[in-house]
Amino acid sequence: MKILVCMKQVPQKDAPLKLNESSTWIREDVSYEVNEPDAFALEEALRQKEKHSGEVVVITAGPARAQQVLREALAKGADRAIHLEDNAFVGLDASNTARAFAAAIQDEKFDLIFTGLQSDDYGYAQTGVVLAELLGWPHATIIMQIEKTDGGIRVKRELEAGYFQFVDMPLPALLTIQSGINKLRYATLIGIKQAKNKPLRKVTLAEVQSAMGANMQKIERLYIPQKTKNTEFLEGPSAEVAKKLVEKLRNEVRVL
Amino acid sequence: MADAILVIVEQREGKLNRVSWEALTAGQALAAETGWILEAAVAGSGVTTLAHEVAGKKVAKVYALESAKLEPYTPDAFAAVLKQFIGSKQPRLVLMPHTYQVRDFVPKLATAMERTAISDCIGYKKDGDKLLFTRQMFQGKLAADVSFACDVPWFVTFQNGAFRADKVEAGAAAAPVETVNLKIDEGVVRNKPQEVFKEAKQAVDLTQAEIIVSVGRGIKEQKNIELAKQLAEALGGELAASRPICDSGWLPMDRQIGSSGQTVAPKLYLALGISGAIQHIVGMKGARTIIAINKDSEAPIFEIADYAVVGNLFDIVPPLIEEVKKARAGG
Repeated sequence: MKILVCMKQVPQKDAPLKLNESSTWIREDVSYEVNEPDAFALEEALRQKEKHSGEVVVITAGPARAQQVLREALAKGADRAIHLEDNAFVGLDASNTARAFAAAIQDEKFDLIFTGLQSDDYGYAQTGVVLAELLGWPHATIIMQIEKTDGGIRVKRELEAGYFQFVDMPLPALLTIQSGINKLRYATLIGIKQAKNKPLRKVTLAEVQSAMGANMQKIERLYIPQKTKNTEFLEGPSAEVAKKLVEKLRNEVRVL
Repeated sequence: MADAILVIVEQREGKLNRVSWEALTAGQALAAETGWILEAAVAGSGVTTLAHEVAGKKVAKVYALESAKLEPYTPDAFAAVLKQFIGSKQPRLVLMPHTYQVRDFVPKLATAMERTAISDCIGYKKDGDKLLFTRQMFQGKLAADVSFACDVPWFVTFQNGAFRADKVEAGAAAAPVETVNLKIDEGVVRNKPQEVFKEAKQAVDLTQAEIIVSVGRGIKEQKNIELAKQLAEALGGELAASRPICDSGWLPMDRQIGSSGQTVAPKLYLALGISGAIQHIVGMKGARTIIAINKDSEAPIFEIADYAVVGNLFDIVPPLIEEVKKARAGG
């Protein structure tokens, strides 16, 4: 099974975010990490490779710092990496990101493409599905399980409120992977060493630009959300806070 | 077609989702704001009755988009049918609720029509004659006003609870309903879905709980959940958790609150060590009173909390349990 995993580098979960001067994006002087759903997608690809043999290729589109995500993936067991390297990739909408990916992989023949179900920075949940449409592939989203079948694959789709659904699909196919599908592995020291020798192909913006167009949507303004709630902060030593909370529970919430 | 807004409602097994009414409320608000006419559509097999249900609301017209191949749902069938219909009607705005099903086909539909979708919006505003759609970013830490930079039709999906289902306006008279039979060619539908099923044996129905004590990653280890359990017991409430806790197997899946789990609106929701990621918030923002304890003062949960404690839950919860017990005992 030849599997491509699309990965994204996003600001760390607890990174303090500051707006840039034009309030259209964040200041980039934060710490970054792999988008968590993508880590689950990678883990799933590695497990499928372990079960059915094959190759796992990882791809990302972003500045030089995004290479870290690929290095970690190679250290965990991916076979090779593709880095669409340019600062400009940060500001692309899902349509353009997907177009860039499609252009970068046009000479490859993957059986499966995984993406995380959404990114923790934008949270659109679109890039994978757009990519499937551009490639003309069937797709399924929010996947919790993948089994190989004679006709292709059987996937378990997560629905709302604790419901699930199995879907049979032909290959090649694209899947967006849900967090919690598996347990993430750690890279071993040997893995980290071996990663240094694994192929990492760089692709410039110029090479994929003809496949892209202008962004079809624009962030006019990014801002700290206006609070609609009148939050009362309770302060003081813990024993005092506990008493204050109980006073609220009794007199305001009326559950005591 | 005159400038129109098209709301596509969602149904499963012959019943309209509650969020369909939320999307209609959004459509009515936008129609009032823009002066565009409001129409609605429901896609499926044998959905004319549902179309008539929608037609009871204040809407100019409702379409029942019919094809046997729309049942069961597949993204191929839905994208094919909606592309045909929207292509022929050319509404300016296409609105949908941001459900798992909509997420599964809208990016495909928009791409097939060389358009884009602004998804998971929590509202909209007008800036001059520009329509801006507001959405949360960075897991709720920041908000963005987003505009379209392409031709219509524009696709927008709204977050659960962004608009209120009970605020949808009824129509003065039933709107006309038109059944549109659409054709889906052989070979277009590639996925073969099986029956939808529920996995967790539902040992507890959190939607019925008046008081919920919920834990997130801040609980750090499985053994610490005992502390939250004691607080829940002292309060006479139920224990719940955000997704990562259930993924780790620290609590069963039927205790999960959020887009993949239960949506609750209890009298009291006490969030312990929960940051407030969007996927969790959508499952509990309807609670009457929200109390949050988290050591991160920037945690998005504090934006929706009525009472907030920035502090270490391991310092606060033990004395809280004692005080609650005292109060219960009549102290």
